[in-house]
Amino acid sequence: MSDGDGAAATPLLTLYGVNTHIGPYHILQGVDLEVPRGSLTMLLGRNGAGKTTTLRTIMGLWHASAGAVRFDGADITAWATPDIAQAGIAYVPENMGIFADLTVRENLLLAARSGPIDETRLRWIFSLFPALEKFWSLAAGVLSGGQKQMLAVARAIVEPRKLFLIDEPTKGLAPAVIANMIAAFRELKKSSGATILVVEQNFLFAKSLGDAVAVMDNGRIVHSGSMAALAEDHDLQHRLLGLSLASHQ
Amino acid sequence: MSDVAAKPGEAPAAAPADKAPAKPALPARRRDLAPLLLLPVLALVALPLVGSLSTWATLTLSGLAMGMIIFIIASGLTLVFGLMNVLNFGHGAFISVGAYAAAVLAPALTGLMRADALALNLVALLALIALAMAVTAVIGYAFERAIIMPVYGQHLKQILVTVGGLIVAEQLIVAVFGPVQIPLLLPAAFRGSVIFGDVAIERYRLIAVVVGLAIFIAMLLVLNRTRIGLLIRAGVENGEMVEALGYHIRRLFVGVFMAGSALAGLGGVMWGFYREQLTPGMGMDVMVLVFIVVVIGGLGSVGGCFIGSLLVAVMANYTGFLAPKLALGSNILLMAAILLWRSRGLYPVTQR
Repeated sequence: MSDGDGAAATPLLTLYGVNTHIGPYHILQGVDLEVPRGSLTMLLGRNGAGKTTTLRTIMGLWHASAGAVRFDGADITAWATPDIAQAGIAYVPENMGIFADLTVRENLLLAARSGPIDETRLRWIFSLFPALEKFWSLAAGVLSGGQKQMLAVARAIVEPRKLFLIDEPTKGLAPAVIANMIAAFRELKKSSGATILVVEQNFLFAKSLGDAVAVMDNGRIVHSGSMAALAEDHDLQHRLLGLSLASHQ
Repeated sequence: MSDVAAKPGEAPAAAPADKAPAKPALPARRRDLAPLLLLPVLALVALPLVGSLSTWATLTLSGLAMGMIIFIIASGLTLVFGLMNVLNFGHGAFISVGAYAAAVLAPALTGLMRADALALNLVALLALIALAMAVTAVIGYAFERAIIMPVYGQHLKQILVTVGGLIVAEQLIVAVFGPVQIPLLLPAAFRGSVIFGDVAIERYRLIAVVVGLAIFIAMLLVLNRTRIGLLIRAGVENGEMVEALGYHIRRLFVGVFMAGSALAGLGGVMWGFYREQLTPGMGMDVMVLVFIVVVIGGLGSVGGCFIGSLLVAVMANYTGFLAPKLALGSNILLMAAILLWRSRGLYPVTQR
């Protein structure tokens, strides 16, 4: 894509041939990925394909040994994590990164960098995740797994951000909670036009939510395109993801 | 695309964001009070062993005073441990430096120190403390930049260079002040004892208890009521996530390191007045107890550090009276017993 296409057509996030080493292991081996503005892109792949490493490399939690990460017109490859976050990227890690000793309120206060939490936004978050209102003053450590995941997502969306990186939001969650998550992401996208990149293993969740999809294997992107096209193409699903359709549909 | 979200949804009558909008109906976190009972239990066990009530009271109160001073020193160290996983064996240097900085200024304040007026004595004491804390904070900044920063994340090197820093600091003190003891006399109003029944308590020990309590309460307020405190508590638990939320934890760490060094400097002045004499190795001597306290309390836990300090000091006092040869050994035993009960200390905060 040329630079002359204008901001709307330029992807918000682009990875060019990103390589990441963790100790002696060469995890990302030339990741090329585009996340269009306003899209909800699903990053799929088998365990160990490099999905989480991709998100952590974007956040600067691991630094790319080669290649480049461009976000909103800036090369953020070598930036420190806090600067990347301040540029407008919110991150929900795979382990949720909840501060267990802090209350639900304190977890959200911390994420609201620019000052007190906006009341309207807080009501909106409560409407998405009522449990957070109920447990507002409790230490986050006592929440259930699903409630912690809600808090992790709520923390990411407590203030407007340009890009949301969300790592396996459905991991270990009950179907009812997953439905809640789907509603939350749809609402986030609809209400604020947010750009969201979600790492996911749950294909049904990905199918019902994503508009774009990228599939990883062995540290590379092996397929990218529209989610609808992948959802229709059962052979491709089977080849890329090893999905047994009977067990998923 | 705008990076500002539209205000989504209708807002029902919104509660202020910093107030609880609903009462939690479900499991409140259980308060963990068991460690609070350790000190009273230890004191009660010691009472029949010591025999005399007045001796027991004197030992207990002087133990509490010493414990408060150890807490002042250890509290900064536990936060440095907890926040950045840095093993700073050089913390003891700030104790000595703080005490010697006070000793340098003390002769200039002799008039105030000897005056028969509490207010003048207090001014002298506060001036000495302010100088000691300022000096140790500045040296702490330099120490962090020059010695800690290059070995960040490497425990073995941290131990080696911080022990090296401690030795260099100690030898510099020897070079400047000589290896002999130098006196640090208390201001006039703080000498002597007050008598409660047949128990005599040195005034200075009461002052140490008050100062220690004040520092403890101030730290709790800062940690629990301010945004900096919120960041420190979150950083102790998961520094990486704090960075991912957009905060430079390294800058926070430098601030905590300076505050911790200044507190060690304050502790050094308090400890110097407690013994009324200074030696170049005084920092290293106290550090054994300080490390025991940090481990007992749980890395990064100010509350645990407070209880641990009092336990260690009171234990040292009782055994110092009952079986002097066991004084230090008893604290090692205390640490072992507590770690058998709670392997990560009384109030573990970090996962380390």
